[in-house]
Amino acid sequence: MLGHPGVRLPSRSRFNINLIPFMHIAIIGNGISGLTAARFIRKQSNHDITLISGERTYPFSRTALMYIYMGHLRAKDTELYEPHFYEENRIRLLQAWVDTIDFEQQILYFDAKDDQEPLTYDKLIIATGSQPNRFGWPGENLKGVRGMYSMQDLQSIEDCSQGLKHAVIVGGGLIGVEMAEMFHSRQIPVTFLVREPSYWDMVLPEEESQMVNEEIISHGIDLQLGTELKEILPDEQGRCRAVRTSEGEEISCGFVGLTAGVHPNVNFLRDSPLEIDKGILVNEYLQTNIPHVYAIGDCAQLSDPPVGRRPIEAVWYVGKMMGETVAYSVCGDLTRYEPQLWFNSAKFFDIEYQVYGHVPVTYDGPLTSFFYGQEKRSLRIVYDKRTTKVVGFHAMGVRLRHEMCESWILHQTPIEKVMTQLNAAYFDPEFYTSFQRDCVNHFNNIQGINIQLSKKRGLSSFLSAIKSLGSSRTSKTK
Amino acid sequence: MDSNLSITGPAASTLSFWEKLGLGLAAIATLYLFSFMWVGSIISNFGDISLLILLYAMATASYIYGAYIGKSAGIKNDQNYFRSLTSRGALAWALGIFLTGFYVLLYWYPSTLGLVKNGPNTGIIAVFDPLSRFLKGQPASQWFMYGTLYTVAILFMGVKFMYKYRHNSYHLIRTTSVMFFQLAFAFLIPEILQRLNQPYFDFKMIWPLDYYAFFDWRIEELTSSGQLGIFMLVWSVALILIVTPILTYFFGKRWYCSWVCGCGGLAETAGDPFRHLSDKSLRAWQIERWMIHAVLFIVTAMTIAVLHSYLYDSSDPIFNTTSLSILFSVILGGIVAWIYIDKERFKSLDPIAKKVGLVLCSVLILLMWEAQFTGRYNLLFFPAHQIRSWYGFLIGATFSGVIGVGFYPLMGNRVWCRFGCPMAAILGIQQKFFSKFRITTNGNQCISCGNCSTYCEMGIDVKWYAQRGQDIVRASCVGCGICSAVCPRGVLRLENGPDTSQKATEIRSLQIEPSGVKLDV
Repeated sequence: MLGHPGVRLPSRSRFNINLIPFMHIAIIGNGISGLTAARFIRKQSNHDITLISGERTYPFSRTALMYIYMGHLRAKDTELYEPHFYEENRIRLLQAWVDTIDFEQQILYFDAKDDQEPLTYDKLIIATGSQPNRFGWPGENLKGVRGMYSMQDLQSIEDCSQGLKHAVIVGGGLIGVEMAEMFHSRQIPVTFLVREPSYWDMVLPEEESQMVNEEIISHGIDLQLGTELKEILPDEQGRCRAVRTSEGEEISCGFVGLTAGVHPNVNFLRDSPLEIDKGILVNEYLQTNIPHVYAIGDCAQLSDPPVGRRPIEAVWYVGKMMGETVAYSVCGDLTRYEPQLWFNSAKFFDIEYQVYGHVPVTYDGPLTSFFYGQEKRSLRIVYDKRTTKVVGFHAMGVRLRHEMCESWILHQTPIEKVMTQLNAAYFDPEFYTSFQRDCVNHFNNIQGINIQLSKKRGLSSFLSAIKSLGSSRTSKTK
Repeated sequence: MDSNLSITGPAASTLSFWEKLGLGLAAIATLYLFSFMWVGSIISNFGDISLLILLYAMATASYIYGAYIGKSAGIKNDQNYFRSLTSRGALAWALGIFLTGFYVLLYWYPSTLGLVKNGPNTGIIAVFDPLSRFLKGQPASQWFMYGTLYTVAILFMGVKFMYKYRHNSYHLIRTTSVMFFQLAFAFLIPEILQRLNQPYFDFKMIWPLDYYAFFDWRIEELTSSGQLGIFMLVWSVALILIVTPILTYFFGKRWYCSWVCGCGGLAETAGDPFRHLSDKSLRAWQIERWMIHAVLFIVTAMTIAVLHSYLYDSSDPIFNTTSLSILFSVILGGIVAWIYIDKERFKSLDPIAKKVGLVLCSVLILLMWEAQFTGRYNLLFFPAHQIRSWYGFLIGATFSGVIGVGFYPLMGNRVWCRFGCPMAAILGIQQKFFSKFRITTNGNQCISCGNCSTYCEMGIDVKWYAQRGQDIVRASCVGCGICSAVCPRGVLRLENGPDTSQKATEIRSLQIEPSGVKLDV
């Protein structure tokens, strides 16, 4: 049986759940982290679970906010489960904003508006997510200036969109390009201010970053690279009417989107005994400094992150893995958070992006990368020059099989072997032209060698490639 | 804050001029067509039908120009939920009522459309006479008119669909296939056969979707039409007993439902703008499972009853009611026995469904033998021709036509395929238990956005599986491939894999511990 990608779950002794007294577990935040924690606690136990959110009763996919605005989905289509799921699994959903926490008495107090009795807990999981960054720009609190993180943010953007003539987006990350696509879907002209000389160039290598620049521009977005926001100018009603850029240009706009990253949403806990740096500090078991209190997802900051990982990783998949991990610990089966290989994905207008493993932007050590690109499609494989072992995959407009890329990296497979087996990672729909074939030809040309690509593609080639890598990944995890 | 915050779109739609022109031209063409109900032919001979098709072609071209040309190839679902026509608004209701009304006239009041028996047609149907005379040397029937419009819809909307998904080879090839099968197999070949004085025969229609395949009149017609007729009869049997299981084993039911079938063809092309309207709830799935298998049982019982009464007076040593009873006892009994013996294969089968199947099949077998020994003529107590006409009215016409297509703008484009089609039921059982086909979930890349479930025309909650990292093996999946296309993270892929026995297990799943608590519905 294959393991699952992304997170290595340790072999653990089965814990006898009867030894743990019945308890009430409160989870603040019903994003993917909090919900995953609740699901996995329920899988293992009969404890009372309360999933608290002020944002929305039913957990939904935050990453799908853009599709609601674009009219692809309704808000309810983004809900992770149907309402009956929570009843059947006895996950109590509570819509209220937590105001303060009495860690001593283990009581949650709610915002006065919510008219909600204080709630006691035996164990607490904090999963309050992020907030959009604001860097003290003049005018950043004007009406019509908003980030995009929550359902409320989306509603606010929707309200601003009626009759909107021009929008300005500040910050060249993933949310920025999503927001540009949103306005584009309604034919609202957009100016996209990116501080860096090329889009997301601290994460994307040069060629890929350039490809995204072109994709953004080809959709009619006014992409201004190397340009910063100086100030947001108000009108008489206290709404934004224009921005001034670092180039001195004044751009009229009825909306300013702030998408220059996020930071942990922990301000309401600042004056508490909880140790907080940028986020809530947690150890490798996701425990905070206070007993029975855990933090997961975007709001958690690992005091001692694993090698090659950042202390805060505000990513969907990280939240999901932390949620699963913390559930074991909360249920008495202390489990270390051991994210394995880094992976992520996104979509820039029509170009899909997937990354597996380590893909640096600059190369000065033993690593180097092989790159092959066509129009709107490219593949980069990062490997060690000396040993030829692969360490990372970076795909644009090409779909790769997660397990295959992960297995190659974990098995320290030489790039020549990866090239031979490349079709095993083929995950594009059927009948797509084989990008992989051209890619191997290109590799042969620049290396002056003649690697033969195994022609078979699809699931069977994947299963045989996995088999050929050896048995270490096929051990049963039960 | 309101817990069910509903984000709504702009009141004013942002359709481009060319898109509006396209929709307007389509409306004008349709008005032009229906004006013949009141006024006679405007242009003689091929004039009217040429103008009609030209108007529809211009409408399609104009819409394609406005919606897709000059725009980057990619997913084009913008504003689906803001537009009246695609979000159950007033236009959708108007279209639904119009289509429903058209089907009512077509099935039960063809004379209002201009059908004249033993005389020259009038009204709408007369418009199709020249084409009909050209193809088969006879005046048009209401079915010729319907077939022509149906084919035009699949061809033109098929071209539109191909522009919409022009970046996706799977959709280009699949759509070419449904367009070809509709034009050649469903439209041209049967008409030409008739011109050659051969029986009307659609070589891709399979029992039980083709529920009259083994009716007495059909068998009489084919057996009296020489070698070609006999071939057609043998072909009909081979399709369901040999061709279907083999192709479904290798490719899943998609080889038929979204590559060949005419109902599927219309759903995939003309119905595509409505695919997101299918109900994704667990409740809808429960209704669907019972309904579609009930239709399958009814069509089977009806076919046996019709054959029973057809063979009742037969003195042929082979083709008589005894062999009929033996044949169907073996088939039905064999299926039930298989389900009970091969427990591993059928482990995911609902135990209640298993018992109901056992009881129904047993009752049918007992009835056959009881009738055999008592010499009862009406196998199911009612005359076979009566059961047949009820089925034709309720399932053949009302369900597959009036509701199946009439409700496109309200319940999505696969209402019939999902809730009613007995062919889809058989293929679904084969797909679930005897096929290499599945949709693979790519590791942990799912972000639960809901595009896959929303755009699944069969109402499968694809996300339910994808977010758990589990492969999707569902009887109802027609393999249209849209879930894979709309996925923004490259998570889904339609595959025919070698590990048939493992496909439904959670080999690619995130979860590692079998749970003691029932979590998964």
